Amino acid sequence: MTSLALSRESIARVRPGPAAVAALIALFLLLFLVVPVVQVIFVAFQDKTTGAFTLVNFADFFRNDLFMRSFWNSFYVSAMSVVVASALALPLAYLTTRFEFRGAVLIQSLGVIPLIMPPFIGAVAMQLLFGRNGTVNLLLRDHFGFSIPFMEGLNGVIFVQSIHYFPFILINLSASLKNIDRAMEESAQNLGCHGFRLFRRIVFPLAMPGYVAGASLVFIKVFDDLGTPLLLNVSDMLAPQAYLRISSIGIADPMGYVISVVLIVCSLLALWVSALAMRGKDYATVQRGGGGLARRRMKPLELVAAYTVVLLILMLVLAPHIGLSLLSFATIWSFSPFPDAFTMKHYHTVFVESGQYITNTLLYASLAAALDVVIGTAIAYLVLRTKLPGRQWLDYAAMAALAVPGVVLGIGYLRSFYGIPMPFSGQPLSSFWLILVFALAIRRLPYALRACTAALQQVSSSLEEAAENLAATKLRTLGRIVVPLMSGGILAGFVTSFATAAVELSATIMLVQSQSDAPLAYGLYVYMQSAAGRGPGAALGVFAVVIVGLGTYLSHVIIERGRRERGQER
Amino acid sequence: MSRTLRSVAAALAFVLASGTAAFAQDPSGKLVIVTSFPKDLTSAFQQAFQKAHPKVTVEILNRNTNAGVKFLQETASNNGTDLFWASAPDAFEVLKGANLLQAYKPKVEGIPEKVGAYPVNDPQGMYAGFAASGYGIMWNTRYMKANNLPAPKEWADLTKAIYYDHVAISAPSRSGTTHLTIETILQGEGWEKGWRTNKELAGNYRTITERSFGVPDGVNSGSFGVGIVIDFFALSSQASGFPVEFTYPTVTTIVPANIGVVKNAPNKLAAETFVDFILSPAGQEVLLQPAIRRLPVNPATYEKAPAGYPNPFKDTSLGAQVNFDVEVSQARYNVVDALFDQLITFQLDDLKAATRAIHQAEAAIAKKPNDKARSLVAEARDLVAAMPVTAEQAADPQLAGAFTVERKSATDAVPERQAQVEQKWAAFAKENYAAARKKAEEALALAR
Repeated sequence: MTSLALSRESIARVRPGPAAVAALIALFLLLFLVVPVVQVIFVAFQDKTTGAFTLVNFADFFRNDLFMRSFWNSFYVSAMSVVVASALALPLAYLTTRFEFRGAVLIQSLGVIPLIMPPFIGAVAMQLLFGRNGTVNLLLRDHFGFSIPFMEGLNGVIFVQSIHYFPFILINLSASLKNIDRAMEESAQNLGCHGFRLFRRIVFPLAMPGYVAGASLVFIKVFDDLGTPLLLNVSDMLAPQAYLRISSIGIADPMGYVISVVLIVCSLLALWVSALAMRGKDYATVQRGGGGLARRRMKPLELVAAYTVVLLILMLVLAPHIGLSLLSFATIWSFSPFPDAFTMKHYHTVFVESGQYITNTLLYASLAAALDVVIGTAIAYLVLRTKLPGRQWLDYAAMAALAVPGVVLGIGYLRSFYGIPMPFSGQPLSSFWLILVFALAIRRLPYALRACTAALQQVSSSLEEAAENLAATKLRTLGRIVVPLMSGGILAGFVTSFATAAVELSATIMLVQSQSDAPLAYGLYVYMQSAAGRGPGAALGVFAVVIVGLGTYLSHVIIERGRRERGQER
Repeated sequence: MSRTLRSVAAALAFVLASGTAAFAQDPSGKLVIVTSFPKDLTSAFQQAFQKAHPKVTVEILNRNTNAGVKFLQETASNNGTDLFWASAPDAFEVLKGANLLQAYKPKVEGIPEKVGAYPVNDPQGMYAGFAASGYGIMWNTRYMKANNLPAPKEWADLTKAIYYDHVAISAPSRSGTTHLTIETILQGEGWEKGWRTNKELAGNYRTITERSFGVPDGVNSGSFGVGIVIDFFALSSQASGFPVEFTYPTVTTIVPANIGVVKNAPNKLAAETFVDFILSPAGQEVLLQPAIRRLPVNPATYEKAPAGYPNPFKDTSLGAQVNFDVEVSQARYNVVDALFDQLITFQLDDLKAATRAIHQAEAAIAKKPNDKARSLVAEARDLVAAMPVTAEQAADPQLAGAFTVERKSATDAVPERQAQVEQKWAAFAKENYAAARKKAEEALALAR
């Protein structure tokens, strides 16, 4: 009886607008994520000889020592990366949002840059700086007679991954900290709470949505990432195992796809656990006039300490990019702390040869990121604000994209769209550059989605109710109240999607069908296949970093100005 | 018949034979080439070709060999690629097996049948060799000086204790050319002894890289000292100014890098013209450029080469030592890759630990001879070298069936699943390496 009443009630609550949006998004995900992926991974459930449905491949997975070792290695590396990344992100986020800090916007922007580690060349730069015979170790050995194994085995993966992905925590945590109601902090202070206790008991718990969003992204991303372990030649982790299987010539083994399925399931599990951790808590704040935590001035000594900490962290996380810039000006850099000599000729080469790559990248990455925040905001709204049945599944489906190896998505796209000719030109649909944009958007949608969800979790629904009471339509409320209040989170989502899409390689390499449509990552790949291409590759990498860095900085500035105009800041 | 008349007749016959096509002999339009070659090579050929045939626009699509093969397989239904251009003959074999290549016999004369011991062209004419390359050893001179290492000459040198943790190679399952090196050692020394050498080499590996270029890249930056690489990687690194050197060991194979016309190529004429062009004297000379440095298959081109350029047609020791049997190689291709991965790549830590213990024990025995210890070390070495399958088993289609794509008919015996086979091999290796290490440690204790 009750269940019937409930369902009738829930049906009654479904309004046509949200339902239509949900259907559109579901269609998009189905077409560009589910269908292509299923086209590829159904092999995991197939008996190789008869083609019948079977689970024996999964049994093989659990019986295989190598796969189990890879599984635990992946788990260990992901967990440790979250710990190290948190240690890097917490001080930066806290110091820049909580105190009067000169250059806070600059630091926040610089903090995003590690996300753009151009493929291949980033690893070369890291080896040249931190490798066994890198700058640091050569200097240490010459002067002190010892060296530090930064880059050995799993340690190397943790080291590089936490530097690479800590911005996920930084961006989301900063966005959350900025959204905390100042009244909360003031009430706590009135009740006699200060210092670290205030941070531990009040500020950090209130910023939880952002932290959890960031940390779960770091965990899942490290779990699924294959670029870094492969470039450090660590093959006993899950993602590299899947990749090695899927992309070997002539071998048609289902295990690669089995591992992909395991990766997808693990990512969804991690997500579910993080959702459990957030359940039953209310993070919304009503008060928005205060515009985040009170910023206070630091005493001179504190200021020195704070700047030292920030500078040290920035130096560490920007080291790959410092290495990259050195490399782009270097003539020869081999087994020596610094390059032999410097030159401008690599930049000249890139200017002459690669202009097209840069404009393509800007176009693709910004289209993909824009698509991501629109869909991300819509899904977040549908999940948190409507009672649409099955709305959680949109969230899960979109997040599953995180775990789909780029190669699988690339092959799936070829398989799904190659047979469909384009109207007018008759060329295969998959060679249309917009398909590449969709692939990038799908791959980066999870970042935008988590950021948008975290942002909406901090907006109290009473604000919308108030607006509606004043006779604003749903759409108007959304446009004038909800989205502006979410702007920080949406920006965070846009920036992460844009920055990472700009250097995405694994799906791109399968889908690029003509040089004139190729993005920058493809150009980098091409350079990095030859000894003579190292310098120009590094120069192109620097271009990528500068472009994304500037984009990030500009969007920060725009958002800050918007806030100030609305009187939210100071 | 006078000479003029004869040539007129020949020309007439030619025109008649080629019919209307005679007017289309000059190719035009877009020529799409999927290749794994570096930009240095492709753009040099692209420029030279477009100069000779200005009506053709060459579009180069760079993909690694594996991705290239996958791409052609996935797009075969509506193919838009004219040529596939890559090193590894095995990639072409896969494409040939999938019926994705078009036979074409190049018109260029004077290309010998074999380079070293390897046939230049595919017997069925599905793909043609255009440049030769040999495997060898490359090292970073600064690294060697800093670590007091002598320059290696032969594969056997690299098994010595002094090179422990200094050598790198790429995985044969990832790099068709490394696969050929492994296979060359196996064919040159025999299955059992060849694997022993491969494992003794592997005991000194610093790392096993996932892509072929990872090895020269690491040697160039000095991450490791010595790399087992294909010649042009080393030669072009040298030409770019890196402090590296290269040598061919006596046992090496010279193998051709290939080009093949893709089935249903949209621009077949341009594709065939391109194949003829790169085999022509003008095309072969491009290979001599310092950033490319590959060995031409046209012997005449070596006259234009700089002094000291390796010439496999003159220098008979180069690659002639081993009579490379393509059929044997093909029959056990995937098995050799999987064996290398399971016994070496994924057990590298255990293998290195055993090797280290053996080296230490041998050093101790050299100082203080001890027969018991010596025989223990010999046992340890045998344990490391032991193989879970014999040469006959490796060539057995039943075993190979665990790795292939084709779906068997219901009456065929069902082979074991690849994952099962691999698990068995990995467990075998792990156990043996642990036992070997224990024996070597016992020997060390005795010789102390």
